[in-house]
Amino acid sequence: MEIIKTHYNRRSFIKVSATAGGGLVVGFNWLMSSCSPGDEKLGGLALPDNWFDINAYLKIGNNGVVTIYSQNPEIGQNVKTAMPMIVAEELDVDWGKVIVEQAPLNSEKFNRQVAGGSQSIRQEWKALRTAGATARRMLMEAAAQQWNVPVTELTTENSTIKHSSGKSIGYGEVASLAATLEMPEEIELKDPKDFKLIGRPTKNVDGKKVIKGEPIFGLDIKRDGMLIAMVVHAPAFGMRPKSVADSEARTMPGIKDVFIINSFPEGVERQWADVSAFPELVVVVGTSTWEVMKAKKALKVEWETTSKPMNTDEYDQALSALLDKKAETPARKDGNPDEAFKKAAKVVERTYSAPFLAHNTMEPMNFFAHVTADRAELVGPIQTPAALRTSVSRVLNLPEENVTVDMTRQGGGFGRRLYGNFGVEAAVISKRVNAPVKLVYTREDDMTQGTYRPAYKVKYSAALDKDNNLIGLKIRGVGILESPVFANRFPAGAVDNYLVENHSLESNITIGAWRAPRSNFIAVAEQSFLDEVAEAAGKDPIDFRLELLERATTKPVGERNDYDPARYAGVLKLIREKSGWNGQKNGLSRGVSAYFCHNSYVAQVVDLEMKDGKPLIQKVWCAADCGIVVNPEGAINQIEGCVVDGIGHAMYSAMTFKEGVPDQSNFHNYKLIRNSEAPREIECFFVENGIDPTGLGEPGLPPIGAALANAIYSATGKRLTTQPFAQTDLVNIERM
Amino acid sequence: MATFKLHVNGKTREVDVSPDTPLLWVLRDSLDLAGTKYGCGIAQCGACTVHLNGEAVRSCALPISAVADGKVVTIEGLSEKGDHPVQKAWEEADVMQCGYCQSGQIMSAAALLKKNPAPSDEEIFTAMNGNICRCGTYMRIREAIKKASAMS
Ligand code: FES
Ligand code: FES
Repeated sequence: MEIIKTHYNRRSFIKVSATAGGGLVVGFNWLMSSCSPGDEKLGGLALPDNWFDINAYLKIGNNGVVTIYSQNPEIGQNVKTAMPMIVAEELDVDWGKVIVEQAPLNSEKFNRQVAGGSQSIRQEWKALRTAGATARRMLMEAAAQQWNVPVTELTTENSTIKHSSGKSIGYGEVASLAATLEMPEEIELKDPKDFKLIGRPTKNVDGKKVIKGEPIFGLDIKRDGMLIAMVVHAPAFGMRPKSVADSEARTMPGIKDVFIINSFPEGVERQWADVSAFPELVVVVGTSTWEVMKAKKALKVEWETTSKPMNTDEYDQALSALLDKKAETPARKDGNPDEAFKKAAKVVERTYSAPFLAHNTMEPMNFFAHVTADRAELVGPIQTPAALRTSVSRVLNLPEENVTVDMTRQGGGFGRRLYGNFGVEAAVISKRVNAPVKLVYTREDDMTQGTYRPAYKVKYSAALDKDNNLIGLKIRGVGILESPVFANRFPAGAVDNYLVENHSLESNITIGAWRAPRSNFIAVAEQSFLDEVAEAAGKDPIDFRLELLERATTKPVGERNDYDPARYAGVLKLIREKSGWNGQKNGLSRGVSAYFCHNSYVAQVVDLEMKDGKPLIQKVWCAADCGIVVNPEGAINQIEGCVVDGIGHAMYSAMTFKEGVPDQSNFHNYKLIRNSEAPREIECFFVENGIDPTGLGEPGLPPIGAALANAIYSATGKRLTTQPFAQTDLVNIERM
Repeated sequence: MATFKLHVNGKTREVDVSPDTPLLWVLRDSLDLAGTKYGCGIAQCGACTVHLNGEAVRSCALPISAVADGKVVTIEGLSEKGDHPVQKAWEEADVMQCGYCQSGQIMSAAALLKKNPAPSDEEIFTAMNGNICRCGTYMRIREAIKKASAMS
């Protein structure tokens, strides 16, 4: 049990509207909630006649049905189930009587409404627990008043308040009184060992809506008088529209207007989320999607070049050249690396590279906007609703409080929807046509105007002494607009002589965060390299890593080491045990990898065989340390997804450019992993340590590419260093 | 523009659209059946899968003029209450992450099981490889198909 002061984010717990009747609220939002009309989800209970607002996170109906608001965008990371579970745990409510509703953007009520960095659970853990516990306490106080007994004689269980005398009362019956009470100054949080819901595998709250095909995504929005808008962006990065000949398009059926916009005009202050290579766009507006798609093709646009359109090959050469260049100031230097390499008995060196990647959320970018003289209403899929509100308010010159942003369920995010250029575009278009508008990107639009994962390269050099100790490590990372290397992550702290240097290249190709930014590449490189160094040192790859982590624990080098070596070692030990690392392999080839990012630790072992030069992955073993696992069902699903996604992109995917024009535009020439290419089996294990939880939307992805590469090496004797791996011929070197 | 009579989910619906309009956009824009999803528009991702006379087809690449008097079933018409064995299995296996690809996955799986009630792994791959899931829920998709197969 933990006593905490509710001053923590008090604004969330103070009633926002002092409505007559004390917190009585009306209305119910079918679209944003987990419940459909006629749904049996509520264990036979109907929707309540009256709802009582207890705090920003929940309202309670007179029949005991509870609505819990999920504040963060739901992009498939399953926070819409997990975050309300945390509230429900402390509220001690029957999960079967809970409806979850997506909260709109409300920065007054909520700390942070972002889907990014795997931070939802970690950052809101305390606030969500406090919300549930505060409400529980208010319900108990209401019951105490009603029964005229001290609140200390009351306990709660499953939506019911019990008195020591044996009488009991449901939450719904005291909700109206509870809603009028002052918020308690202090509340108790449960002891984690008493958790009943947290830790219980719980199904996705929107599962029923999804299997029935209900219109819950941004692309499904439909409003009276709504027009469909589509954009045509320049064919190449480094170009913009000069003029458009639209006479044919304008006469096509259903077409209302054609014009050019600038979604980020000169003079408007830009923020980090305002990434767009194509702020100037040709827009077609009409009454139906297909008609607008056809009209787009009938446009004749003249383009002009604004900066040099680039080729992938040129980038590749420029990055390789940078790899040979010393950095003026290293990102980190411990000891004397040059000296260590001079003394080395053995040196291992390897360069790794990876291409640009598109996000390719299955739901392409889209947004609804309705802009009137003094307001802007935005609805759609966005990972950063607050940033979108700011951008729209700046571009339209409206006060922020006149801009609202509602979030639909989102058909994937992976970082693409951190950058809400499409939302701003929808707003600008709606204002121009003076009508509600849904902006829709085709797949081609989506793939060819990305905020891509940039191309990276990294060169690792390791120095071993004659006793096979790692005495020196040099890492030089280069990339488009950013280096992939995190200087203070493992193996920093485990090597006496350590050097990190970074370089980056300018580019007019826009880049952005892509699921586990930078980690998604550097983990693959680093963990492949450590495998090779372990081999050179004649050591088992897990033992070798554990040795380094032991060194980082007992005698760490430097002070800014961004990981906990004991937890890191913990997942390696767990995977060693669970996968039977030292035991039988059933004739399969194995590879191991481990990484720490976004506050969670993950180790993986891949078991595969080679068939016709292709890896057939029989099993992936995963061990994760994310502290307390809120929803094991969702957690396992996330790790499975990360594994499949990570394998797919390491194996198959790439964006390339010629004269600034993307070579890939749709799924016929951009390959995503398919069902039969995913592992036959994935098994997940979690370290149980009772530590406050951290996220899992990303940490399962970075290491898997290396576990795969290391297993392929063990099968074929070929070290894979260039992604996508499928481009390497593995037939002719196969030794199995 | 032309008038078409369509048989969708057991009802006859009339629409006035140009003959080259893909069935996908007729369903989504004209008939308010938005459960069928747009993912690529070129028959590569499976998000738009519906049944035409019991066969799984990609509605994004099927012009309305080619549907003629074929019987179309969409995710909304697979069952009345969302209790088709495949839907139940999908819920039980908690397949979805973002959920966007899942109506297409479900329609492909339902068509497979109708023809082949106990498919082998290889048969599952062949039927399901046309449906992309960027979230990577393939393991659970296979598991749910096996569950549904056991149910029916
Ligand atoms: S939208 Fe039809 S297959 Fe992709
Ligand atoms: S669940 Fe997200 S694309 Fe399949």
